[in-house]
Amino acid sequence: MEKYINSYVIVTIFLILGIAFPIVILWLGKQLRPSKPNPDKETTYESGNDPVGDSQIRFNVRYYLYALMFVVFDVETVFLYPWAVAYRQLGLFALVEMVIFVGLLLVGLAYAWKKKVLQWNSI
Amino acid sequence: MQRFWDQPLTWGHGAIFIAGAIGVLAFVLLFVTYAIYFERKVIGWMQFRKGPNRTGPLGLLQSVADVAKLLLKEDTIPKKADKGLFVLAPVLAFVPSFVVLAFIPYSQNLQFADLNIGFLYYIALSGITTIAIVIGGWASNNKYALLGGMRSAAQMISYEVPLVISVVGCVMWANSLNLRDIVASQGSYFWHWNFLPQIVGFAVFVVAAISELNRTPFDLPEAESELVAGYHVEYSGFRFAFFMLSEYVYVYAIACLTTLLFLGGWNPPIPQLDFIPGIIWFFLKFAVIVFCLFWIRATFPRLRVDQLMGLAWKVLLPLAILNIFITAAYIELWGMGG
Repeated sequence: MEKYINSYVIVTIFLILGIAFPIVILWLGKQLRPSKPNPDKETTYESGNDPVGDSQIRFNVRYYLYALMFVVFDVETVFLYPWAVAYRQLGLFALVEMVIFVGLLLVGLAYAWKKKVLQWNSI
Repeated sequence: MQRFWDQPLTWGHGAIFIAGAIGVLAFVLLFVTYAIYFERKVIGWMQFRKGPNRTGPLGLLQSVADVAKLLLKEDTIPKKADKGLFVLAPVLAFVPSFVVLAFIPYSQNLQFADLNIGFLYYIALSGITTIAIVIGGWASNNKYALLGGMRSAAQMISYEVPLVISVVGCVMWANSLNLRDIVASQGSYFWHWNFLPQIVGFAVFVVAAISELNRTPFDLPEAESELVAGYHVEYSGFRFAFFMLSEYVYVYAIACLTTLLFLGGWNPPIPQLDFIPGIIWFFLKFAVIVFCLFWIRATFPRLRVDQLMGLAWKVLLPLAILNIFITAAYIELWGMGG
């Protein structure tokens, strides 16, 4: 139990240090670096042209399809890991169950493949 | 650190933990500084150039000079950018990359946090960096940055799936997610290490890991020829440095994880060599992996974006799943194996 608590105390220390380090360095940088802003410096970079329009636009739906696929398979891994840890105790029955479960997901992957979701044809 | 684990927490121990964490931070910064130097030198030699050789003896101070330049450089935030998110993104990218390092065991006796969830901890945290990259791309309000950020997100989530699934074989072999148990489950001779019995998993892991790191040949988010610099076009000064830093800290983390999961961790290749301390073996293997990453960068051309996404879903994912069932069938038929 002590080990468990100590481990998470260490993780917390790493987290605090990880947050403090960039804040301190960026603060230190702010003291050291010059700051002479002018309107030309503050324009958006577009290879030297004046930027046209806004960039925070709606983008291709394809990205959402990949996000959906990711959610499906990431949830699969949530089930796979406990199964993998306990596999030797569970035996053949668990293996068959997992074949069925992964098989259903692979049908989904095959469907997406056939629907050309995996075909990337835009930027 | 081990002898403090089983004792109740006191202020003294807390101070030791903090000192340890600062030590890790210092070591990682040193690693990043000289990994960049080493990368430039190695790629220079491979291209018949000399690489950095002017600043300091043999150019050893080149990275230090670069860091000083970035620190002293003016930091501009574009007028159209979403200021809050723009400032948040580099910090958010760096924090998880550093927190990941808390659980890596370097040898039998040198480890900071011993987490039973082990590898899942890495996955949970490294996912946050993807969000930081999307935020950075979006907040810049720049077309190149937006495209780079979105591509990067699509690439990182696509390759995270095979990366995660390829490790399941090792977990089944070790019956545990804890990295110490995974190292202990690998046999004493080098042909018993996971990289041979789990060769499919190892191959998928390496390819997916390079892609997660956004390194050549999978550095589409930063493809200079089409996107200038990808999601960090608008970043300058130390905010840019934090994106680079988190990228190299992930190189460190991935090299450590590959060593631990597939290359026997701190074990010597044959047991007769165990008079050499484990930590030296660990860092030898670590150095070989880091060198291979640089070598790959110098060798391969960049993939096209459609090939990239196809590779993750059509090749690596089925292979990783196949690897799980081969491992499962092997354990079922031949019992305990390793």
